[in-house]
Amino acid sequence: MMEPVENVVLHVADVQKNFGGLRALSDIDLQVEEGKTHAIIGPNGAGKSTLLNVIIGRIPPTSGAVIFDGTVLTGRAPHEINQLGISRVFQTPEIFPDLTVLQNVMVPAFAKRDGDFRVNMLRSVESEKEIREEAEHLLEDFGLIGRRDDHAGALSRGDKRRLELAMCLIQHPRLLLLDEPTAGMSRHDTNTTIALLKKIKERGMTKVIIEHDMHVVFSLADKISVLAQGRIIATGLPHEIKEDPRVQEAYLGGVEAE
Amino acid sequence: MTSFMSRRDLFLFAGFTGVVLLLPILAAPFGAAYPDLLQRFMIFGIFATGFNILFGLTGYLSFGHAAFFGIGSYAAMWSFKLLSLNAVPALLFALIVSGVFALAIGYVSLRRSGIYFSILTLAFAQMCYNLAYSVLTPITNGETGLRMALDDPRYLDRLFAEPAAGMPVPSLFGMSLGGWNGFYFSAFFLIASFLLAMRIFNSPFGLALKGIKSNQTRMNYTGFNTRPYTLTAFVISGMLAGLAGALLVVTDPLAGAERMRWTASGEVVLMTILGGVGTLVGPVIGAWIIKYFENIFSSFNANVLNNFYSFLPDGVREVAVTISSKFVGEGWHLSLGLVFVLIVVFLPGGLMEGFRRIAAWLGRMGNGSKRASQVGVQPAE
Repeated sequence: MMEPVENVVLHVADVQKNFGGLRALSDIDLQVEEGKTHAIIGPNGAGKSTLLNVIIGRIPPTSGAVIFDGTVLTGRAPHEINQLGISRVFQTPEIFPDLTVLQNVMVPAFAKRDGDFRVNMLRSVESEKEIREEAEHLLEDFGLIGRRDDHAGALSRGDKRRLELAMCLIQHPRLLLLDEPTAGMSRHDTNTTIALLKKIKERGMTKVIIEHDMHVVFSLADKISVLAQGRIIATGLPHEIKEDPRVQEAYLGGVEAE
Repeated sequence: MTSFMSRRDLFLFAGFTGVVLLLPILAAPFGAAYPDLLQRFMIFGIFATGFNILFGLTGYLSFGHAAFFGIGSYAAMWSFKLLSLNAVPALLFALIVSGVFALAIGYVSLRRSGIYFSILTLAFAQMCYNLAYSVLTPITNGETGLRMALDDPRYLDRLFAEPAAGMPVPSLFGMSLGGWNGFYFSAFFLIASFLLAMRIFNSPFGLALKGIKSNQTRMNYTGFNTRPYTLTAFVISGMLAGLAGALLVVTDPLAGAERMRWTASGEVVLMTILGGVGTLVGPVIGAWIIKYFENIFSSFNANVLNNFYSFLPDGVREVAVTISSKFVGEGWHLSLGLVFVLIVVFLPGGLMEGFRRIAAWLGRMGNGSKRASQVGVQPAE
């Protein structure tokens, strides 16, 4: 059923993950095309977050491998994976609560420019004009420029998510992983976030998005994989997925009935 | 200069340098203007400044920094004994030795964070302390402490000249480092340490350390290899502790193991918290205040107290003297403890937060009165 995919940038190859006797993921084979938004959907407990954690290297798979642009990610430290060009948005925003909003966005830019370790003491942060201007630009796009000097810990949850997205985008990642980017958001905030994510799409960045909000998925995804009980039961274009009877049985039916 | 230091930082640095160099005059009204005490201000200012780079900036609370202080003292003393009475090689040697120890201890301790890190550093410091008293007695001279002797080899000095008669004392290229010379010598290093701390605070390196303190997980997923960052901060702060220990030997040529005790490690934590964790000037102020009150309070005895309370009638005076004597002299740590509790409870940001609050309050008062005087003339800008 799976036709060959061109320009594969991320390949999850035959991944299995067991937690003790429990099989969380089995026979996961996923190919993500360069520049596309690939959504992974599935009911709660289907293994979506486990899969994302395997991709990012937080959880080692029991067998199989994750390959990004010819490099095996399995077994690498988080900072190495980031340096390869993969950024991640967490389900609960991971930001720097004690730094200002502007500093939050500047820090990742230094990792992108200076690599994973550099003792740079001779310049001051204030004099890093290029990075500061780019950060301010992003904050403007994200509607956070008014809060640039506030401590990020004081932001609302929705603003924190937007900030985290800006922190990922300043690194110009080749692959952006989004773990339920709209979880716990109001309808209004969800729609602003969708608009933002659509805007990023124009930059041609590859995205893997884990989501159970169908509205979000069908507004953004170029391709959808459905995960149920640790297996991928279908992969295809959004309209194919909508019409797939197995998917409806496993997941969509329940949601559309709401 | 603009990329190196902003105008505001330049003012701060100039102000700090000015205050330090003018201390012999500024401290006079407090009865603290003598070289021995002011030199301690400088030395413990360096100690606290270095400690703050690790604790205040990176968020790792070391409970064993006195080990590096003590190691610096021993290293400097051995340089005086073996190489030269010149203070420069002694300080260099102390920096290298304490740096090597910090690298080794930091490498192991930084595998853990939070309370486990604190306990590991405490354990290492206690090991250093006990070793100095036991196995390492040939190097440390145990309880007696390490001091200079007339028949020390001092190979470097002997290459150039016959040793002078009399007890050897540390010097700087032939210039004596006693009295005010010693103060200005230490002041130079405090100012240099402050400049280093300022550079770190304002640089991308310092921003990375602040990021580690704020959210290490995010730092990792943002592409930073945090281990070498924390290790660099640890080594820098350990070396500054070693420098401070070496300077203390320059003034007071006796290196003893009690400088490595856990109470000494605790003292630098107090200094930093009292002044303001994570601020530039706070730890230095905290160090000065603790050293000042240690000096003042610990010198009080029953006689001084009797004079102080002389205005009270006889019976009351004795009660007052008995109660207050518990807080001074040997018991001055009781006063320190009380002040510390008050600060932590009411001013968690230390004295610097107190200053900020006062400044904000004065600012509001100023604005308020300005606005009041402008009422009816024109709206405030």
